This record gives sequence, structure tokens and C-alpha cells, in this order.
Amino acid sequence: MKLIKFLLIIFLYFFSFALFADEKNTALENKIFKNLRCIICQGQSIYDSQSDFAESMKLVVKQKLDLGMSEQDIYNFLKDQYGEWILYDPEFNTKTYFLWSIPILIFLLGGAIILRKLAVLKK
Amino acid sequence: MKNKYFLIIIGSFFFFCFIVFFKGLKNPSIYIPELQKEKSFPEFKAKDFYSDKKISSVDIFNDNNFYLINIWSSWCIPCRLEHNYLIKLKKQNLIKLVGINYKDNFENAKKFLDELENPYSKIIKDKNGTISIELGAYGVPETFIIDKRKKIIKKITGPINEKIYNEILLIIK
Amino acid sequence: MIFNYIGNYSLIISVIISLIIIFLSISSLQKINIQIKINLNKLIFFQFFFVLVSFFSLIILFILSEFANITVFNNSHTTKPLFYKISGTWGNHEGSLLLWLLILTFFIFLYFLNSKSRSIKERLLTLIFQEVIIIGFLIFLLKTSNPFNQVFPIPEQGLGLNPILQDPILAIHPPVLYLGYVSTSIIFSSSLGALIQGNVNSLWAKHIKKWILISWIFLTIGILLGSIWAYYELGWGGFWFWDPVENISLMPWLSLTALLHCILVLEKRSLLSSWTIVLSISTFTLSVCGTFLVRSGILNSVHTFANDPERGLFILIFLFILVFLSLVIYFLYEEKLKSNNNNFNLFSKESSILINNWFVMYFLSVILIGTIYPIFLEVLSSQKISVGPPFFNKLIIPFLIPFLIFMSIGPNLDWIKNKNFRKKIQLIIFFILNLILSFTIIKIFGKITLTSTILLAASFYLFFVTFKDLIKKSFKNNSQVISHFGFSLLILSIIMNSILSKEIVTNLKVGEQINFLENTISFKKIESSSESNFKSLVGYFEIDSKNNKKFLFKPEIRIYNQPKVITSEADIKTNFFKDRFLVINLVKGGNYFNVRYQEKPLMIWIWLSTILIAIGGSINFLKRYEK
Repeated sequence: MKLIKFLLIIFLYFFSFALFADEKNTALENKIFKNLRCIICQGQSIYDSQSDFAESMKLVVKQKLDLGMSEQDIYNFLKDQYGEWILYDPEFNTKTYFLWSIPILIFLLGGAIILRKLAVLKK
Repeated sequence: MKNKYFLIIIGSFFFFCFIVFFKGLKNPSIYIPELQKEKSFPEFKAKDFYSDKKISSVDIFNDNNFYLINIWSSWCIPCRLEHNYLIKLKKQNLIKLVGINYKDNFENAKKFLDELENPYSKIIKDKNGTISIELGAYGVPETFIIDKRKKIIKKITGPINEKIYNEILLIIK
Repeated sequence: MIFNYIGNYSLIISVIISLIIIFLSISSLQKINIQIKINLNKLIFFQFFFVLVSFFSLIILFILSEFANITVFNNSHTTKPLFYKISGTWGNHEGSLLLWLLILTFFIFLYFLNSKSRSIKERLLTLIFQEVIIIGFLIFLLKTSNPFNQVFPIPEQGLGLNPILQDPILAIHPPVLYLGYVSTSIIFSSSLGALIQGNVNSLWAKHIKKWILISWIFLTIGILLGSIWAYYELGWGGFWFWDPVENISLMPWLSLTALLHCILVLEKRSLLSSWTIVLSISTFTLSVCGTFLVRSGILNSVHTFANDPERGLFILIFLFILVFLSLVIYFLYEEKLKSNNNNFNLFSKESSILINNWFVMYFLSVILIGTIYPIFLEVLSSQKISVGPPFFNKLIIPFLIPFLIFMSIGPNLDWIKNKNFRKKIQLIIFFILNLILSFTIIKIFGKITLTSTILLAASFYLFFVTFKDLIKKSFKNNSQVISHFGFSLLILSIIMNSILSKEIVTNLKVGEQINFLENTISFKKIESSSESNFKSLVGYFEIDSKNNKKFLFKPEIRIYNQPKVITSEADIKTNFFKDRFLVINLVKGGNYFNVRYQEKPLMIWIWLSTILIAIGGSINFLKRYEK
């Protein structure tokens, strides 16, 4: 009984706050900047880079956001212009099928090996 | 026996990795965005170089003609190298040249044109570099060829040279 | 001039000594002979000595600014301060490889002195493998990147060292990191030697653990130094960018961390012997693989060395020779690894170490695949993509939560079987309390997301558990407890830092001010001055915080002339709660400066906790050494 009471109080505590905060534009801007790779300084995102290109790119992203384009619209637009290379966050498609799945498969395989080891050795 | 198969499988896996790395060494690690397919020409508004009036891209590219868009700047040294080819192209009278003056200062740019002759029928300003990005460029000089259907059919990164010049002539003839 | 020849010929002599050592070792493997062993001792010392001579020759060439030497010409300049002339010796490809070799020969000398408890055959085998590695690197150095090549005619002036590399931390970063990388080669060679001899048992584990610890401590410190340098020098306010070069340094560390835990099981319970060998091999292979990826220029990164495909090809071939050699040896002698002790229990220390290894290997695979996948894709389908921070975050962060929870439970279990595992409900309630704590913190200071709340809760959980351990059993097993506590503190600080950091980026000119989070940032003035090898612009900023504290920031822009590079030196005010970080950049045209101001909570704890992790390792090492 005590435990249920305890859980109930906690449940109420969490709901006393609204679970969403207002999305500020700058946060979104920064998120997009960090996901775009600079073509001039090729090891950096445009967020980190100070090159001319990165500065212009930041302006373009801001303009597009003001026009009401969504994050994904902007990515699609830039992908069209510069190729998928520009995105730091690779999308899940035929090219990146293995990129996303191999680590997960390795994780599952590792888990299976450990489980087998524990199960077999227990006998 | 089981071990042998294992060895063969793992061995060939590493051999495969070796081949991939070996081939990867030959690829350049610097990325240059290339035009993968024909793209329709984006619409944008910009300021005229001389009059500072706002004009729309629709008004600039209104003729039934081939267009060459050249992004240039007075501070860019390769731009000087390609300038002669632009003037030669203009004299062919087969293509209209539109200049985009990239992040430049008006005085210097004007001096540049007075010194080397102005090949462009129209120049627009790109003070903050955003128009170049709308087009898909990332630096100076960069050149686009637009055909009569208003599609971008060719993109040249870096200065125009003899070989590229001949290619352009072939396209527009 | 003369030092050019001394350096060059010392290296050639080292190659000859290597060959003699290999020949002698192989011949004495058949007949055990004490006499030969003593000769070997001297030979190994001489080899180290000659590499040392060659290394000092290069340092002298740098100090004297002998531009007839191509390495000096490419990387030095007369106006450079003496300290950076010396550190410039290993700030470039050729010199750093020479340093690498120096450490390699030094460590085999150390190993040979400190391994008298092992059988002579095992030591000879280890020596042979190690000499193969040394020869490989010596030939690589002499053939493709000889630091003693000459230029003619002799240039008046050098090209200068990249100014971002002119930094005290970066002067010691490579040596420390190399100490870590190179000692993994000893682990590699010794594990192959022990494998052939069938000696992979708890005694060997005890013996090799010293080397694992050395390597692990140096790698930890080395990565930390690199990260601190990136934080204040690259001027972006971040400390980890998931850049390929950073990933490459992290991979051997992860593999080594797995090995460090796994070797415990081998030592205490004589289990997991084949897994230990696999990890030993893969750690060193990853180190060499890292060298390949960085030096060949196959990846593009912000930290670049001079690239040359020929070098890449050489290391690539060398790397795969090592891989195939170790594969063949592993499969030939694998039967010798059979362990008869098969007692595993779900709630025991050994299975929790298995789980640790499982997660660490997963993190390793994410980083490895994320780093090399673009190469594979480009070769196989000629399409280019980028894999950056969002990818790593997405695949690592969710898995961090169970990892942290396992980590808080694992070390408190006993070997073989745990008797009292009844405190489950207590643990759950405790976890929920942590959830509330983290939820409250995020709610007050930042923006709520589900994963960040749970992640923070998990790290708080680990933090409290390890803290309790630190107090309760600090005398019993202090090294492990300190390292684990350090790790929990590290994770906690990183998470708090990433959730609660605030920043503003804007353009300001002198006299303007801006409000940010109850702070007023005002740009007072800008002063310029000339130093010996750069021009400096110092901005004066005043920040008034809400409780009427005033901070004066003096960020700097340096315009170097040789080579012509502009760098930004951030001004950072550190206290125990947060870092205030201000950096300025030039804006083309006009009087504006790009100003970036950040408040980064708990920054100093990221560094301190990593040092704590290394201290834990060092205590363990010292305890072992005294025994």
C-alpha cells in the first residue's frame, strides 16, 4: 500500500509541470547549424566555422525559417543543392541502411553470446 | 575443421577491408558538390549592381536564350584568370552573361570591371552570399549554364579554362 | 649539418640491430642459452640508444633552425620561441613518428627488464613480435617520411609552425598520447607470446595488467589534454566534436577499458582467456589503424597532418600484415586456450564485467562504423555522406542509460555468486528519487525531454552509489572505487553541461552592449599590439551579472605572419559551478566583431573527474608495482 501511495505522489509531481517548453527559434537555429557541414572548412559544422560560406549559410537558414519552412524542408532544400554530404545526421535510406543497423546488430549479437554463455554454463 | 572455416571467413572479411581502404586512398578526401541532375532555376530577388534597384530573377532571365551565370568578386584572384574567357564568350553572341557580385565592395568591383572590360549584360549584387547558396554555389568563382527551358544544365566550380570554354561552346552551339 | 647525418645513420643502425635481435631470438628459441639473453639486453638498450641519438639530433636541428633539413624548413621559423622550436620537433608527421619509435624501443627495453618472472621463451617471442613492429615503423620512417631529408639550396627562412599548435598543452599532448598508444604494442606482443606458449592464465594476467594500466592511464590523460586544448584553443566552446581524429583516439581507449575489466576475470577466475587475447590484439590494431586513418589523409578532419598517399599505403599494408599474422597465430594456437573452469552465475562480478564489455564493445562499434562507413560507401557506390555528432549521440545516448545502471550494480556483486540480492525494491525507490531530482533540476534550468531526464537520473544514481562506495570501502579497493566515482562524475558533468549550457552569438562594435540572461555584456574597447611572431587584437568586455558581480574579459585575436593564420584566443573565467567563455572573431568589412558568449556549467568537473579516473588507475598500478 505504501508503495502505491508513493508512486502516486510521484506521478502527480511529474504532472504538476507541463511536459513541454516553448520552442525558441534560436535553439532550433543552432540545432540546424550544428547539423550542417561546412564545405569550406570541411571538418567543421557551420555552427563552429567562421568561413564566409558558413556565415552566408546561417543567414539562408534564418531566412528559410522566417519563411515558415520546417527543419526537414531546409535539409531537403540543401540536400538538393549540395548533396547528402552536407548533413551531419545521415538519413535512414538505402545508402545508410548498414550504417544504422550494423551497430545494433552487433549489440544484439553480443547480448546473444553472453546469454548463451550464462545459460550453457549454468547447467 | 570449424576453426578453418572461421579463419577463412574472417580472413576474407579483412581482405575485403584491405581492398576498400586501398581504393579509398585514391579517392580525394575533399568534397566538391557536383550537379547530379538538371535542376530548375530558383526564383529570387536581388539588387541591381549599378542602380541598386530590386529586381526579380524572372525579369532577368526572360529571353528565350542560353544564360551563363558567373559568380565573381574583385578580391578573388582566379576570377581575373577566367575573365578573358568570359569576354570571348560574350563576343560569340550566343549566350547572355549574368554576373553575381559576391560579397564585394562597389568601388573595387567597379574598378575591376573598368580595368578588365565588362562581359555581363546584367550584374546583380550578393552582399551577404545568400543568393549564391540559393543557386547551390559555395565560393568564387563558380559558373552555371542555363538552357532555354530555364534549367541548370552545367555547373563549373573554380575558374573557366580552355577546356571548359570549349565545352561551353559545344553546349550552346 | 652534421646532425642530419648522425640522425639518419643512427636510424639505419637501429634497423640493423633489430634484424640481429630477431635472428638471435629465433636461433635461441631452439636452445635456451643464458649467455644470449644478456647480449640481447645490451642490444635492446643500444637500439633504444641509437633512436634516442637520432631524436636528439632532430631536436638540435630544430633549436639551431637548420633549414637545410626539410622537416625543420617545413615546420619552424627563426622568430618562434625556443619552447615551440623544441615542441615543434614532434608537432609534425616525421618528428612525431620518430617520437613514436623512441617510445617503442624504450618500452621493449623496459619490458625486457621487468619480465624476468616470465618464461624465457615467452619473453623471446614477445621480443620478436615487438621487433617486427619496430622494423615496420623504422622502414616506414626511413622510406616514406625521413625527418633527415635535405633541401637544396638551403632556404633562408622556414615556413613556420601552424600557430594553433603553438600551445603548451599541445606540446605535451602527443608524447603522452603516444606513451599510451605504444604500450598497447607490448600488450599485443606479449599476448601473442603467451598464446603460443599456452601461458594465458591468471599469472600472465597479473603480469600484463601493469602494462594495460600504464597504457590506459596515459591514453586517458592524453585524450584529456587534447580535449582541453580543443576547448580553449579552437574557440568553439566545445570539448568533444566527434571529429574522426578524436574518434580514432577514443577507440583504443574503449578497447583497452574493456580489456582492463576483462583481465580481472582472467586473473581472479581464469576465465575469458580467448576474449582477453582478442581484446589485446584489437587494441593495438586499432592504434595502428588510427595511425593509418590520420596519416593517410583518407578522412578529412580539422586536425590534419601532411597527407601523402604513399605513406597511407605503407601503413595500410603493415597494418594488414599485423592483422593476418595475429589471426593465423590465434587460430593455430587457439586450443591451448581451453579453460576448464566454467562456473558463471548471473548475479556475479564476472557476469557484470561481461555486461560491461558488451556495452563498451557496442560503443566502440558505433564509433568505428560511424568513422569508416563513409569510406566504404564511397568506394563501393561512389556516394559521399557525412557522419557527424547527431549520429553518435543517437546511437550512444540511449544505451548509456542501462550501462550506467549496470555499472552502479556490478562492482558491488561478489565473485562467483552473490548471496544477498534482496534489496531490489530499495534500489528501485532510490532510482525513482533520482528521477525526481533530475526532473526538478532540468525543469528549473533547462528544457525537458524524456531521454535527458532519464539519462540524468541514471547518472545521478551511479554518482550516489559510487560516492557511497567511496566513503564506505575507500580502504579496501580504493583504485576501482576512485576510478568509478571519477567516471560517474564525468558522465554527470558532461550531461549537465550539455543540457544546461547557455550561449549567445551576436555581432557587436565598440561601445555597444547587449543583455543576456540577466547579464549585461558591454564591449568597452579594442587594443592592438605587436608581438614577435604575431599581431594581437585584444577586446575588452565587461559583464555585469545579476548579483552585481563584474567580470572583465579580454578575448584576443592573433594574426600570425608565418604562416599567415588568424586564431582566436578565448577568455575563460572558471569557477566550481560554471565556466564563462567569451570569444571574438573578425567580421569582414565594418567595425563589427563576432562575439560568442557562453555559460557552461560544471566544465571544470569534466577535467577534474577525468584526472580522478587516471588517479584511480595510477593507485592500482603503484600497488601492483610495490608487490
